[in-house]
Amino acid sequence: MSATVLIVAEHENGALNESLKNALAAAMQLGGDAMEVLVMGDDGCRAVAEKAATVAGVNTVRLALSPALLLAENAATVIAREAKDCSHILMCASAKSRACLARAAALADCQMISDVVAVQDAQTFVRPIYAGNALTTVQSADAIKFISARATAFDAEEIGEQSPAPINEIDSGEDCKLSEITGEKVSELTRPELTGARIVVSGGRGMGGAENFKLLESIADKLGAAIGASRAAVDAGYVSNDFQVGQTGKIVAPDLYVAVGISGAIQHIAGIKDAKCIAAINKDPDAPIFDIADYGLVADLFEALPELEKALGE
Amino acid sequence: MKILVTVKRVIDPYVKVRVRADGAGVETEGVKMAMNPFCENALEEALRWREKGEASEVVALSAGGAQCAETLRAALAVGADRAIFVKTESPPEPLAAAKIIAAVARRENPGIVWMGKQAIDGDFNQTGQMTAALLGWGQALFLSAAKLEGGAVLAESEVDSGIQTVRVKTPCILTADLRLNEPRYATLPNIMKAKKKPLEEMSAADLGVDDSPRLTVLATAEPPPRAAGKRVENAAELVRLLREEAKVLS
Repeated sequence: MSATVLIVAEHENGALNESLKNALAAAMQLGGDAMEVLVMGDDGCRAVAEKAATVAGVNTVRLALSPALLLAENAATVIAREAKDCSHILMCASAKSRACLARAAALADCQMISDVVAVQDAQTFVRPIYAGNALTTVQSADAIKFISARATAFDAEEIGEQSPAPINEIDSGEDCKLSEITGEKVSELTRPELTGARIVVSGGRGMGGAENFKLLESIADKLGAAIGASRAAVDAGYVSNDFQVGQTGKIVAPDLYVAVGISGAIQHIAGIKDAKCIAAINKDPDAPIFDIADYGLVADLFEALPELEKALGE
Repeated sequence: MKILVTVKRVIDPYVKVRVRADGAGVETEGVKMAMNPFCENALEEALRWREKGEASEVVALSAGGAQCAETLRAALAVGADRAIFVKTESPPEPLAAAKIIAAVARRENPGIVWMGKQAIDGDFNQTGQMTAALLGWGQALFLSAAKLEGGAVLAESEVDSGIQTVRVKTPCILTADLRLNEPRYATLPNIMKAKKKPLEEMSAADLGVDDSPRLTVLATAEPPPRAAGKRVENAAELVRLLREEAKVLS
């Protein structure tokens, strides 16, 4: 039985997602014989495949070209077919991986293991349950292991470049025509991407309104930080869903996380507990966020934020 | 059109979860249980569609140990018409749950299976997608809005970059995110009425489903604790400590 680890690459607008390197870092711990990358999508993906071929450690790139592969239903069919000669199928945890990898795993009759944060050996993995309130070590009995790895848990800094690995074009399968993407409402990114940012400044319900997020924006710009939000702030309509940090939003692990007007619900903490340093500003001295913050400032945020901006400017 | 809604029994989301002293999972003895919050959103949406005349019947489905029947009674109390309880030896993993749901869907022929996008216990976020795979149906996931239109569902899916609008043919699997709606509460008269609504019981074996687990849990542990840090007096002190002590600001 071959021990080929196949990593499914993600891409947006013709650009390879950097999370491939985190997936590769996780894949290297599986002890496979070969490391291959699967790129699926429309014609623009040739460039994505070429880029993936230059990531150090990649032996071969499998390229399936069809616009229909942007749909999870079609992508899952190709993944399940390509999985047959592999020991592991790996992706970083994301909305896309949840959509297509779980579907592919079911087609292959395998129980996928989501959100892996540590690899113990080729069949044993650690993953969080209950919003990260417990870590469980599970051993898989499946012939093929379908895994999504949490990007923040696998450091990609060591992964460099190489001269390009071969690219093999493979059958792109059929369009099952079950669904279609009819549009997208995407927030324009003017700051670092939330999950990869070194500093994140987040606002909660305490911000009191969408317009008050401007107070965070000027601080984020001073720090080169990304802006995040708690679920309460997203539910209240202050910012859109792609800002949400937490159990069901994005998982972040920046050097510094600044929580402003965030009480610290369990599901929010689940998304930030791997930050190196957490600073919290909240007027409620009993807010649970202070139980996990390295630095806590009990203050009215409308007074503290202008002071913070001033202090940063010095 | 019939809607099948899956509901999972989980530890109440407001309860602080504790790992068992022997490391064999988390403590559930004497712990308050509830319907998985995402399943509540799925059920609420199904009920609204029935109330709008777009669905004729809402059937609730749960799989697991004997007490899942309580969760189904709760679903009946908020308005589901009838319930199907599939008894399993151990709580089914996502793949086994998907096989059970797919088997029930083949018997019931619903136009839609509404599900929660994930359960707050295992946090797998897989069962909906897996069910769709096994049935060969389309899927629309993590939905914050959805409506029926001419044999299809138009939906807003919460993805990492924002919102994706999708169109999926029925029959299909839809999974609910928390912003989809505000679930209703059961009223006392409806709780009484729910006791008379039909609740059919069967086993995974009756459905021809092998629900044996594929994963062996070797250990369950508390994550390393994050110690509470220090209080600072003002923003200037905060910035100074972030620079000089934590060294996370330049």
